[in-house]
Amino acid sequence: MPSVAGPRVHWVSVVTISVLALFMAAVLALVAADLLYLGEAEMRGGESVLAQVLGSPEIRHAMYLSAVTSGISLVLVIVFAVPIGYALSRYRFPGSIVLDAIVDVPIVLPPIVIGVSLLIFFRTPVGRAIERVPSLEFVYTTKGIILCQFFVSASYGIRAAKSAFDGVDRRLEHLALTLGCTHGQALRTVALPMARNGLAAGAVMAWARAVGVFGPLMILAGTVRMKTEVLPTTIYLELSIGRIEPALGVAMLMIAMAMVALTAIHAIGSRGRWWGT
Amino acid sequence: MIRLRDLAFHAGDFTVRDVSLDVPSAEYFVLLGPNGSGKTLLVSCLCGLIRPDAGTVEIGDRDVTRLEPRRRAIGYVPQDYALFPHLSVARNITFALRPRGVPHRRALGQVAGIIDTLHLAPLLDHAPATLSGGERQKVALARALAHRPKVLLLDEPVSALDMPTRDEVLERLRLVHRRFGVTTLHVCHSITEARAVADRAGVMIDGRLAQTGPLDDLLAHPADAQVARLLRVPYAAD
Repeated sequence: MPSVAGPRVHWVSVVTISVLALFMAAVLALVAADLLYLGEAEMRGGESVLAQVLGSPEIRHAMYLSAVTSGISLVLVIVFAVPIGYALSRYRFPGSIVLDAIVDVPIVLPPIVIGVSLLIFFRTPVGRAIERVPSLEFVYTTKGIILCQFFVSASYGIRAAKSAFDGVDRRLEHLALTLGCTHGQALRTVALPMARNGLAAGAVMAWARAVGVFGPLMILAGTVRMKTEVLPTTIYLELSIGRIEPALGVAMLMIAMAMVALTAIHAIGSRGRWWGT
Repeated sequence: MIRLRDLAFHAGDFTVRDVSLDVPSAEYFVLLGPNGSGKTLLVSCLCGLIRPDAGTVEIGDRDVTRLEPRRRAIGYVPQDYALFPHLSVARNITFALRPRGVPHRRALGQVAGIIDTLHLAPLLDHAPATLSGGERQKVALARALAHRPKVLLLDEPVSALDMPTRDEVLERLRLVHRRFGVTTLHVCHSITEARAVADRAGVMIDGRLAQTGPLDDLLAHPADAQVARLLRVPYAAD
């Protein structure tokens, strides 16, 4: 950034940095409160929280199920988000503005509404027909978890993909066409590599959102231990039986995962353009 | 060879109409016109990026009016060169050979003559972002020539350059034209630029091709007052 002439300390910088510090303090205070609580619990002679978390077969299973379901939902998000984001970025057609808005609906809706809507859908004739297909049952199954994660996180992936493709000058694809590419080759050799940082950041964001989904899957997949229990479910179940320490331990684990994911997004976003040799 | 017959197309509210033009093989033709006259749109139509409403486009004895851009055998250098920022200079230059199934190493061998002519060897591993304006122009030119096109389309190739670099690039364009003998359509709005490179020239005004011919003829006998105003020569109506 070029330096700007003027006094080094300006009231705008003082105010904005102060607000930033206040917000950071508020976020850190929440985490610190959790850590202090866990520290006091261990001081009182309780079992180590880490040992409780890692020693519990239920929690280990929830970790495994979270990793598997969020991984599969991430693949689904990528499969849908890349073409949808490209279409929304490149083509204008009747209703495209409405479709663009519909993509954002899951972001603004309370997540639990998605769960209710999915449950109702699987009570319709079409939904029942799908449920009757062997291996395609969604209600109270792990596939239901994946479906909920997909519906909640897909919008983030699509929005990120559209922004990533918006950032690629369309004329470069046109130029690729004049140089002998088909539309598919122009997409593969120009648009996708140039959008890849944005696409990767969107994928990380979508995955992080998928890991944190709880409301909808409580409705559609239920909260059955060792069956439809993912990490957010564990927090809810442990709290419901008064085991605050393991719940907080899992919460700390999820905060750490979120921090890693968000740091990855910022690292990807701040990388310059890459180029092959 | 480029042959346009009664070509008409539109982009938004702007219409280009009744354009007929013959550019023989290996000729360097300069299309002059003020900003907004439709020159760049005409180049886009030749590239196949704008579908004509009427008329025909022939390139190298082939009717390409309905052909996709990739099947037109054209090399296109846009105004800002539009190098692929995610690829090295070498990959930019060989880009057109990639969809033709030529491996990169062999492609580099095939374009060695172009790389030599344009003195690009020291830049092959560079990223486009690190190049000067003149170097970018050279890379864009090499990229457009790599697949041996029948026609080279240059959209204001020196407008973004400073004066000394302009003269150097215009000289280079003439050299490339002589060496590779490719039919060239060069779009610009500078008579000085046209004089430096053109075998023949044309003038486009308000979406119509007002006049074509040797540049000296255009300057001596402008077809109408608008052409005369663009060429900055007096016009005496009959």
